[in-house]
Amino acid sequence: MVGKKMTPYLFLVPSFILVSLFIYYPLIQNIKYSFFEWNTFSAIQEFTGFDNYQKLFKDKVFYQSLKNNLLFAAISMLFQVGGGLVIAAILEDTVFKRFSAIFRTVYFIPVLISTSVIGLLFNFIYTPEGLLNQFLQSVGLESWATGWLGNGDTAIYAVIAMSQWQSIGYIMMLFIVAIQKIPPSLYEAALLDGASKVQVFLKITVPMVKETAVVASVVTLSGAFLVFNQVFILTNGGPGQASEVLGTQLYHSAFVNGDMGYASTIANIIFVITLILSILQMKLFKTEKE
Amino acid sequence: MYERTALTAESVTVSQPKRRRGSFLSRIKIGLVTCILLAYFLSIAFPLIWMIISSFKETTAIFGDSWGLPREWLFQNYKTAWEQGISKYFFNSVFVTCITCFLTVLFSAFTAYALSRFEFKGKKFFFLFFAAGLMFSPQVSLIPLYQLIQDTGLYNTYWALILPYVAYQIPLTVLLFRAHFFSIDKELEESAFLDGCSSLGVLFRVILPLSTPIILTATVLTSFFAWNEFMFSLVFIDDDALKTIPTGLLAFRGAVNTDWGVMLAGLTLSALPIILLFIFTQKYFIRGLAEGGVKG
Repeated sequence: MVGKKMTPYLFLVPSFILVSLFIYYPLIQNIKYSFFEWNTFSAIQEFTGFDNYQKLFKDKVFYQSLKNNLLFAAISMLFQVGGGLVIAAILEDTVFKRFSAIFRTVYFIPVLISTSVIGLLFNFIYTPEGLLNQFLQSVGLESWATGWLGNGDTAIYAVIAMSQWQSIGYIMMLFIVAIQKIPPSLYEAALLDGASKVQVFLKITVPMVKETAVVASVVTLSGAFLVFNQVFILTNGGPGQASEVLGTQLYHSAFVNGDMGYASTIANIIFVITLILSILQMKLFKTEKE
Repeated sequence: MYERTALTAESVTVSQPKRRRGSFLSRIKIGLVTCILLAYFLSIAFPLIWMIISSFKETTAIFGDSWGLPREWLFQNYKTAWEQGISKYFFNSVFVTCITCFLTVLFSAFTAYALSRFEFKGKKFFFLFFAAGLMFSPQVSLIPLYQLIQDTGLYNTYWALILPYVAYQIPLTVLLFRAHFFSIDKELEESAFLDGCSSLGVLFRVILPLSTPIILTATVLTSFFAWNEFMFSLVFIDDDALKTIPTGLLAFRGAVNTDWGVMLAGLTLSALPIILLFIFTQKYFIRGLAEGGVKG
C-alpha cells in the first residue's frame, strides 16, 4: 500500500529535480549573487549589499543598453505584432486564401533557421561591399551606403532589422491560428451588411484575436529585453558600445570582465522586467474572463 | 489548418455580388496588396536563395558577380565545408538533439501521467511548479547556471547542454501532454489495470500509443529548440570537438577565413535539416506553436 501511495511522486521525480536545479535554484542564486562583489579573476566573494545596484544605476553603458532594448521593443511591436497581424489577416482573406500556403511557409522559414546562420548570412548583406550597398547603388541611392554594422548610428538598427526579418513569421503564424478559429459566419454576415474589408478587420478580426494579441505582445516585448544572440553574432555590442543590449552587457560583465556579481545584477533587472510583463499578461487574461 | 477551405469557398460566392459594384477599385486594391505580399516574399526568399546559389561559387565571384549564377557549380565547396568542421558540429547537434528529445518526452509523459491520473498530496503545487516554469528564461539564470555546471563537473560535456535543455523544455511539454492525457478515455486503462497491468505498463501500453500526435509535437518543438540554441552552447562548452552547430559556425567562420563559398555552403548545410523537418511535420509544429504560444 505504501508503494502505491508513492507511485505519483516517483513519476514526478526526474522532472522535479531537473526543473528545480536548472530553473528555480539559479533564480534564487542570482538574487544572492547580486549582493556580492565577486570576481572570477581575483576569486574573492564579499558581501557588499546594494553596491552593485548603485554602480549599475550610475553606469552609462547600462542606459545605452536599456535604450537599445527599448528601441528593440518598440520596433518589434510595430513590425511583429502590428505587421504580423495585418499579414495574417490578408493571408486568411478569401481573396488570397488560394495562395496563402506558399506565402505562409516562406514567411515562416526564417523562424526555423538558427540565428547563427542568419547572422552570418546578414554579415554578407551588411558589409561595406555587401548586398545591401550594391542594391542601393543599383537604384541610385549610393549616398545611403555605409558599413551598416561598423557605423555606430546604424549598427543597432541593422540588428533590429534582421530580428524583424527573422521573427515576423512567428507572430504571423500565431495570428493565423487565432484567425482560423473565428467562426466564418461572422465574416459572411458582416460582408452581407456591406462592410468593407478594413471595417471587417477592425470590427471582427482584431477583437476576436485579442487574447492572441496579448500573448504575442508579451512574447515580443520579453524577447526584446532578453535579446542576446542577434546582437552577439552581428556586432557583439559594437562599435564601441553603440549596439550593446542588456543581454550582451551581462555576458561581457561576466565572461570578459569576470565580474559575476555585477552580471547577476543586470540579470535581475532583466528578470524583473520580464516578470512584470508575465504578470501583466495574467492580469489581462483575468479581467478578460470576468 | 486546411479544413476550412470548403467554408471559405462558400463565403467567396456569398460576397461576390457586393464586390461587383466597385470591381475596378477593388482590383487595384487587390493588386496593391499582392505587390506588398510579393515584395515581402522576395525579401525573405532572396537572401536565402542567394545563400544557396553563392555557396556554389568561388570567393571572387561572390561579390564580383553577386547577382549572377555560378559560371561553374563548385560542389566541392560542400565537401570542404563538411570536412572543415561542419560534420563534427553536425554530429554533436544530432546527438544532443536526439537525447534531449528522448528525455524531454519521457520525463514530461511521466509528469503529465502523475498530474492527470493520480490523486495525491501537493498535486496542485506540483502543477503550478511546472506551469510557472514557463515564465523564466535561461538568459536571466546564466551566471548561476554557469557556476552550477562548473561545480557539478558538467562543464565541457554534452550533459552541460542536454540537462538544461530538457529542464527548460519540460514546463511546455508537460502542459501539452497533460491536456492530451485528460482527453483519453479512462475505461481502457481500467480494463488494463484489471488485467494486472502496472501503472508503468498502463502508461507505456495504453496511454502513450494513443498519444502519437502529441509526442510528435513535443519532439518537433524540442528538436527545433535544441538544434538552434545558442547561449548555453556558447557558455557551457569550450572544447571545439563538442560544439553544436550554432556555436560551431562561429569557429567555422574563423577556420575558413575568407573562403566565402565554403562559408555559405556550411550555412546551407546547417539550416537544411530543420527546414526539411518543418516541411514534413508542419502540422505538428504549428499545433505546438499555437498551444505553446497561447499558454506561454
